[in-house]
This record gives sequence, C-alpha cells and structure tokens, in this order.
Amino acid sequence: MSETYIARSSAIAARMLAGEMMVMNSMDSTFFTLNQVATAIWQAADGRTPLREIVRSQICEQFDIDPEQAQTDAAQFVADLSQHGILLVSDQPMRDPHAPEER
Amino acid sequence: MSLLNEMSQKAFDLGVPISVHLDVTYRCNERCVHCYLDHEDHGEMTTAEIKGVLEQLAEAGVFFLTFSGGEVFLRRDFFELLEYARRLLFNVKIKTNAVMIREAEAQRIRALGVDTIQISVYSYRPEVHDAITKLPGSFERTIKAIRFMRDQGLKVTIANVLMTWNLHDSDGLQQLAAELGVHYTLDPTITPMMDGDTSILSLRIPGEELPEVFRNPALVPNMEEFCAPPKPVSEDDLEGYSCSAGHSFCYISPYGDVFPCVQFPLPSGNIRRQKFFEIWNHSPELKEVRSIKAKDLNVCSSCSHVSSCTRCPGLAYMEGSMQGPSSADCEKSYYRTGVPTANMLRNSGRARMTPLVQIQPLPVLA
Ligand code: SF4
Ligand code: SF4
Repeated sequence: MSETYIARSSAIAARMLAGEMMVMNSMDSTFFTLNQVATAIWQAADGRTPLREIVRSQICEQFDIDPEQAQTDAAQFVADLSQHGILLVSDQPMRDPHAPEER
Repeated sequence: MSLLNEMSQKAFDLGVPISVHLDVTYRCNERCVHCYLDHEDHGEMTTAEIKGVLEQLAEAGVFFLTFSGGEVFLRRDFFELLEYARRLLFNVKIKTNAVMIREAEAQRIRALGVDTIQISVYSYRPEVHDAITKLPGSFERTIKAIRFMRDQGLKVTIANVLMTWNLHDSDGLQQLAAELGVHYTLDPTITPMMDGDTSILSLRIPGEELPEVFRNPALVPNMEEFCAPPKPVSEDDLEGYSCSAGHSFCYISPYGDVFPCVQFPLPSGNIRRQKFFEIWNHSPELKEVRSIKAKDLNVCSSCSHVSSCTRCPGLAYMEGSMQGPSSADCEKSYYRTGVPTANMLRNSGRARMTPLVQIQPLPVLA
C-alpha cells in the first residue's frame, strides 16, 4: 500500500488562539479553525512523516481514539484541507516550507 | 457572526494582540503633502532586532501583521523580514506606494504567500497624483506595479486619502480600480504631524463636503442604514469599548516604540528595553486605554450617537483627552445623520470645532 505524505501549503497563515488553531489561506482568504486532533495532524504535517505514522504516533496515543476510526477521520480531514489548498498531499515525501520556526 | 469575527471577538475578550501594525521605516521615496511622518532615520531597528520582535509577536499570539512605513521597500532587508514573518506563519499585509515593485518583486511577494497589498493612489489623473506625492512619474510606476501584482493573483487594494487636492477624483479613481480589477478604499483622515505641527490639517476636506461622501452609493452601499438617526442608547452600549486599540491591536514604530494604535500616539513602552509581552500585559498606558468604557467618556457618554459613532480615542487623545470626544468623529456623526452631537451642543456659542474626519477600517474589530 502506498503512503500518503502531507505538508502545509506556503500560502497559509496560522496561529493558536485559546486552544484553537486559526488557519487562513492567502490565496482565497478562506479562514478555518482546527480542533485539537486536526491541529495535531496539521502540526505534524512535515512532508516527511507518512500520514499513517502521524495518526498512529500522535493522534491515537494523545487522544485515545480507536486506531481504525482515527485513520478514516484523518483521511477525511486531509482530503478537506487539501481541497482548500491548506495541505499538500503526495505519495512521495515533500519539503515543508514552514518547518523550523513554527509556533 | 462570521468565524473570523468570532475569533477576533475572542481575542478582544481575552486581551490577545491578534493584530499588529509594524512600521519598519519612516523613510520614503515620496513626499506626500498630507504625510504626518518625519522621514529622517533616527535609528531604525536592525534586521536582527525586527526578527526578534517578530518572534515575540508570534509568541504573543499575533496573527495579522501589517508591514508599513514610510516606504517598506526602502529597507534593503525588507524581503528578508517578509520571508521571516511568513516562516513564522503570520497573515501578512503590506502597505506601500509600490513604485519600487516590478515583475520580479511581485512574483516574490506572491511566492511568499502575502495576503494583501495596500497601495496608496490619490487620483486617476497622473498630474494630481504626482503633485500630491511630489514624485514625478510616480502614478505611472505605481499603476504598472499594480498590474504586475494583479497578474500574480495578489489581492490588491487601492487606498485613497481624500483631501482638498483630490476631493472630486474619488469616483474616477474607483472606476480605475474596477478596470484594474482591484479593491478600492477611501480614507478621509488627515492626521497632525508627529511633532504636533497641525499645518497639514488645512488639507482636510471641509465637513460640509462629507454628505457627498456618505451619500455616494458607490462608496456606501447600505446608505439608508448608515445615515439613519442613532438608535436609543442602551445600558449595554454604555458598557462597551471604543475600538480594538490596546485590546487586541497595537502599533510598533521603526524605533521599537509601542502605541495602542498607529493613530493613537500614547507612548506605552519600547521593545528595545522591554519584552513585548511585558509591555502588552503591564504597561500602565495600555491598561488605562483598556479600562475606558463608553460610560466613562466625558462628553460622549451623554451623546445620542455614542453607540454608533466611530469615535477614535487616538484622535481624541491628540485633541487633549482619550476620554473626550473626537471632533473629527463628531463631524462625521453629524453630517452622516443630521443629528447634532453632544460635543456640538456643548460647543455651540464657542468657536467652531476644527473640521476633521476619521474613517480608518482596521483589519479586525474596527
Ligand atoms: S478608532 Fe481606529 S484608528 Fe482610532 S485608535 Fe481605535 S483602532 Fe486606532
Ligand atoms: S458624536 Fe462626538 S460627542 Fe457624540 S459620541 Fe461621537 S465623538 Fe462623542
């Protein structure tokens, strides 16, 4: 089975406010807030770690969610965000434009 | 309420500085007749200092960052700062006159994921614009730059300042903006010089001309509601605050001075001597600004306009008291609705107030 790699788009602005991650896409000014689980996936989207691995190591452990359900939810979440140009999705590892300085 | 407004309100309630305006230089290649700045460099923050400030702002929760000046592109390190700001994931807006932006710069701005570029244009007539900027050829260069940026898919806004020199050019300029496929905003604010010199205030349009602006459907789509007499003042109105200045927004000068707003010159600390967080949380000046509710205002608390007035505490401060009325906004309220204001009634018989106008939309919670 091929892996899915996710990276954050370079058009994105993001900041935590009161436990919620605000995300805005400068291309079309769409504005989102991500819940805790989505934030954890988004933060781990470094272009190098396979999505399956992110969900297993970050989500299932941190949030005590059933692994199978978590994988399905994550796939849906990634599909939504990639549709809005917020996450880039590939079957190959990618470079993350924001990795070093993210807060 | 949109999600964005909801989050802005949350930041306001929690006292999080969600939005900051940072001037990186006061130097400029134009010499606009209405400009309130001293363009000499009195020791701007270095590249490293500004990067340090950006880190602190990200830490403090700032999401919306406006880079402005002076002319930002006069700093040779501007792209370095921009890149750094984007790596810290700010939503960035740039205010510029754009005369130094060509195709390559426009491409770079796009690649860095900048949200909006706001560009000062004062007329659709080159001779009027160039007379205001005192830079021959500036109109042509600026419009060319707007095309480059639009072609890159950047969100561009033409920002016009209405003054006596271009009073009747707004419609033509709005049409030009539409032809270029960019947004248009109009700001009739002329502020005194930073050193207190008020001579440029003679450029302000007279209050009697305001109804023409307010009753222009191209500028004010919801005119009837906008110009309706004020609703009765409620208890809640009197518990309300003026604006986001000092609550969820502040201004930082190229020298590191922190103020509640770009139009509110109350020195509240310096980032070269203190951490931003310390200033934001502990500055007595910011605390005072935050404490003022409508019911605490000297004249305005008894004014029928208090709930709908755009009273700017910064302009009020420049007139003598941040708790007082701002005659600019009094004029606006009066000429918008035809209903006299508490300040006018108080002043009737005294010398006529200075005609002064203020419409300054803020990114959040203006
Ligand atoms: S009303 Fe607007 S311009 Fe005036 S101090 Fe408040 S935010 Fe600043
Ligand atoms: S109209 Fe004038 S007096 Fe009335 S609230 Fe506005 S600034 Fe205050």
